[in-house]
Amino acid sequence: MTTISKPQYTSVVRLHRRKVIRKTISLSISYLILTMMAAIFVIPFLWLVVTSLKPINQVFTDPPIWIPHPILWSNYKDALTTPAFPFLKLLRNTLFYVIMTTIGTVISSSIVAYGFSRLRFQGRDVLFAITLSTMMLPGIVTLIPTYVLFKVLGWVGTYAPLIVPTFFGAAFNIFLLRQFMITIPYDLTDAALVDGATHFDILWRIMLPLIKPALLVIGVMNIMYTWNDFFGPLIYLSSQEQYPLVMGLYAFQMRFSIQWNLMMAASLATCFPLIALFFVAQRYFIEGITLTGLKGV
Amino acid sequence: MTESGATDSLQEKRKRGLHLSRQARENINGYLFVLPWILSLLIFTAYPMIASFFFAMTQYNILNPPKWVGLTNFVTMFTNDPLYWTSVSNTTYYVFLSVPLGLAFGLFLAMLLNQGLRGIGFYRTAFYLPGLVPAVAGTLLWMVLLDPKLGLVNEFLGLFGIERLGWLRSAIWSKPGLILMSLWGGTGGSMLIFLASLKEIPQSLIEAAMIDGANAWQRFWNVTIPMISTTIFFNLVMGLIGSFQVFASAYVASGSGNTAGPLNSMLMYMLHLYRNAFRYFNMGYASAMALVMFIVLVILTLVLIRSSRAWVFYEATTRQ
Repeated sequence: MTTISKPQYTSVVRLHRRKVIRKTISLSISYLILTMMAAIFVIPFLWLVVTSLKPINQVFTDPPIWIPHPILWSNYKDALTTPAFPFLKLLRNTLFYVIMTTIGTVISSSIVAYGFSRLRFQGRDVLFAITLSTMMLPGIVTLIPTYVLFKVLGWVGTYAPLIVPTFFGAAFNIFLLRQFMITIPYDLTDAALVDGATHFDILWRIMLPLIKPALLVIGVMNIMYTWNDFFGPLIYLSSQEQYPLVMGLYAFQMRFSIQWNLMMAASLATCFPLIALFFVAQRYFIEGITLTGLKGV
Repeated sequence: MTESGATDSLQEKRKRGLHLSRQARENINGYLFVLPWILSLLIFTAYPMIASFFFAMTQYNILNPPKWVGLTNFVTMFTNDPLYWTSVSNTTYYVFLSVPLGLAFGLFLAMLLNQGLRGIGFYRTAFYLPGLVPAVAGTLLWMVLLDPKLGLVNEFLGLFGIERLGWLRSAIWSKPGLILMSLWGGTGGSMLIFLASLKEIPQSLIEAAMIDGANAWQRFWNVTIPMISTTIFFNLVMGLIGSFQVFASAYVASGSGNTAGPLNSMLMYMLHLYRNAFRYFNMGYASAMALVMFIVLVILTLVLIRSSRAWVFYEATTRQ
């Protein structure tokens, strides 16, 4: 430091200080923009909560009312117990749909992914390429013939068309699990094979425990997809008795389209379990979304 | 010991004439494991794809057997169904605004979050939360927010002196309303994807550019964008395929009336197809519609793939 002459020294300090100031300003701007953006995303959600607690005459006011007076917790009781929105029954149906498809897709996709990752059968690579290409297949092109098929089978009006196909594997899940399985060292599985284990043993006892995070990712993604699925239940289910939550919500809106406070309470109740799961298993949600979007890499 | 056990059983098999070559065993095991998926591909993908060509050439209401009508459905679609063209233009409008806006917006948020700021977790959750709201609930919420008279969005715009817009009750503003919904629900997902992709960029590349005197814009345009171009490309293609089939928001927002929103301004392609198939039971016509959409999407994807050679940077290929 002694070698630096005084004027030079102060200019270095000044340069450094200027850099710090500039960095602070740019960070503050980033935070400002981020907070404004976050507000844009969060306020509609907040409005859902606020509206669900309002008396009906405070839903549309000028200026808008941010804190309902009184806060009507009873809206939830009213919305969730009305015969038009039988929450517990709807929830039970949704859980049935979610659990069955999750079991189906996790089991079948693991089995198929094992075949693709550990067994060198002839034609494997072609079959795998076909699997990849079906991930881009728009659902619209198979819609009508699939519906006709289920109609002929007499399955329309039941959950079978929504659940049975998941027991045969899903392209993206197979792809994802295979990517995880090929990273497991062969030494591990070959040793078990020499010891006389069957491939099924290896899958069950060695592979699945090792790729548990990947299984959780596809499980969580399937729960999210099925919980929110509207189109499938809309075309395949016919009786109100079978409706899952989102269909129940839609039916509720068709009948009581003016009671927005109750509708918002019902909407929030519909997403609440999923949001709760998100906060418990956030890691797997984020990993799932990210992996879905990075397939191309 | 285990070695001998394995050979023993092998010899036994040989004695019983059950000896199979290693490859044959791999084949049998392999096909057994992927059998469910092969069945799925045949029953739920290959058959419907082939059958949709057949159904598209028929008149079929499910109750009576399909009646062969040749190309009539296509002729009707292109020349005699004005609503078809309405749905095409509505969908095109929707796709070409919502997809690029969603990607650009998601990338913007990801770049803001990728500066090593503190409290990333909070913002990430805030942006992603709407993605968890099912389309039906989200649409109901936005019907409240976009109320033409006293909705929160109009109240907000009023602060800037913008007069109240009709949103979902107006033929002009209903599609922007749907796009707003899709941005609210979908931007968080693309932000997460871009954030992961940005984290993959080696810091050394950015530092090298800085040493070379590249300013922020040049670093963004010449380093960041090429490094994440595969992600942009993939999400562009998947985004297009997804939003060409937009359904739930338009279906819920347009209600149960005969027109889908004012002047059918929310009649999306998928909604028109749904109405034909499940309201009027014109399965043949709906199949023809699906086929046309499929062909358009295939062509669009191929064009994008072809163009990607010019603008998508594949690191692996240049490195070799």
